[in-house]
Amino acid sequence: MIRKSLILALVLAFGALFAVQASGDTFTEKDVERWMEQYKKVAQEGRALWTSPELGTNGVACAQCHPNGANTHPETYPKFQKQLGKVVPIREMINWCIQNPLEGEPLKLDDPKMTAIEAYLNWERRGVKLEPGKH
Amino acid sequence: MIVNNPNRRGFLKTTGLVAATLPFTQVKLAWAGAHPDINIAYISDSHIQQIKGAKFVRNWDRGLIRAVAETNLLDPQPDFVVFGGDLAQLGKKSELDHGAEMMSKLRAPVKYVMGEHDFYLDMGRYWEKLFGPQWYSWDHKGVHFVVLNSILTYDEWVNKWPSDVERMNQMAGLDNPNGSPFMVGEAQRKWLEKDLSKVSKDTPVVVFSHSPLQKIFKNWNFWTEDAEQLQKMLGRFSNVNVIYGHVHQIQYNRIGNINFHSVMATAWPWPYPESYAQAESHLPVLTVPMNRADPFHERDATGWQLIDVHTGRPTLKYNLYNNENRIVGPNDKGVPEDRTYAKRTTPPQKHY
Ligand code: HEC
Ligand SMILES: [Fe+2]
Ligand SMILES: [Fe+2]
Repeated sequence: MIRKSLILALVLAFGALFAVQASGDTFTEKDVERWMEQYKKVAQEGRALWTSPELGTNGVACAQCHPNGANTHPETYPKFQKQLGKVVPIREMINWCIQNPLEGEPLKLDDPKMTAIEAYLNWERRGVKLEPGKH
Repeated sequence: MIVNNPNRRGFLKTTGLVAATLPFTQVKLAWAGAHPDINIAYISDSHIQQIKGAKFVRNWDRGLIRAVAETNLLDPQPDFVVFGGDLAQLGKKSELDHGAEMMSKLRAPVKYVMGEHDFYLDMGRYWEKLFGPQWYSWDHKGVHFVVLNSILTYDEWVNKWPSDVERMNQMAGLDNPNGSPFMVGEAQRKWLEKDLSKVSKDTPVVVFSHSPLQKIFKNWNFWTEDAEQLQKMLGRFSNVNVIYGHVHQIQYNRIGNINFHSVMATAWPWPYPESYAQAESHLPVLTVPMNRADPFHERDATGWQLIDVHTGRPTLKYNLYNNENRIVGPNDKGVPEDRTYAKRTTPPQKHY
């Protein structure tokens, strides 16, 4: 008797669990589109930052040296940077270029601008296979 | 033929710190008597950029100042210096004036080529006041030299912007999808046709342009829209050569009889087109690319070059600040080649 009710409780519990999962699984094409739009909006903000002098103090923009985000290789990060002496996320290298060629102040690593820049760089590198650690 | 002979007399004065670090030696061939020496220093793409008032971007200023100082140490001085275009970043009077002031320190005479960054604010008017006509030619020691303005574009594009500043900003973005392809255009092609009609087929011809006069990569305007027409006009000469700026990297090619060479920028290097994964590009297969630039060395992959044209076929000696220097010149068949620099085998040459 005790065992029976335990099994029943378990079944009910699993049922509840499945029910929750089922509703989580019901996203639609429309949701997918909306999420992609959200991503692209942020990537576009990244592109705007990429081509503007706003990140620095000397009027220079990232795009001047990195057209289409080329030569930033987001697919290789985190990786060892000889000059920094350790394995770093791309955000550290983004900050390095902000501080040096752009003579600017580094961004906080979770600054929405940082996210936007990374989103843009990944977009320009879409389809390129991951090459962790590659120099 | 590229000859690198340490016994030949040094080209640079060996006094002074900078000269002591410069490895160039003047290259002369055994039969140099038949072909007089012609040496050209080539400085390009300085992108002098105003921040505000009398403040300019230090990095770009330093590149041009260094190139000018080193060129002044050449002994003997070159026949002339070419400035390959993009003296300014946004075509402003303040930028052109500041650049011209730095260039005025040169001891040798200077020939100027128009770049898109000099042009699209006022369609070249102030530049003309400072430096003269946008296209011209002259003969020097048996070689016919031509300067073209190859960064013109369609009138429709020129006239569609609400302001001159907006037009300049749009053209200044290398990867801007709202830009427009470069061209020499009909009027100038007609002028060139006439100019070349006076030149005999076996006279060496050297053309200086800002854009490549060949089609390499449309996205970044490593491109000239009427390249085929120009190549056809130039192709009738047996010894004809194009030297161009704009690409901020070493490139070389041969199409028909025409040797193509690019020069480096004094301001900053650009990635090779193949490093943009989303578009097709055609870097000439002959080209052994420069090593990837190290951003931790501000002047890496920037510099100036000494060009020896005494046979008509140019040999370019690239003065690389943080890398091995390179010499690109005609091989036994007259085709551009870099004999001493390794093929694309070392990791830094792999651009991706
Ligand atoms: C003066 C030119 C210049 C400017 C301006 C510049 N960079 Fe760089 N940056 C470089 C060079 C050169 C490299 C090295 C490229 C390579 O490894 O081939 C580099 C490397 C990088 C890398 C690392 C690439 C790798 O493969 O490890 C990142 C990320 C980067 N830059 C981001 C930026 C950002 C963000 C900006 C604007 C804030 C910027 N850069 C502005 C020249 C510049
Ligand atoms: Fe340029
Ligand atoms: Fe240019």
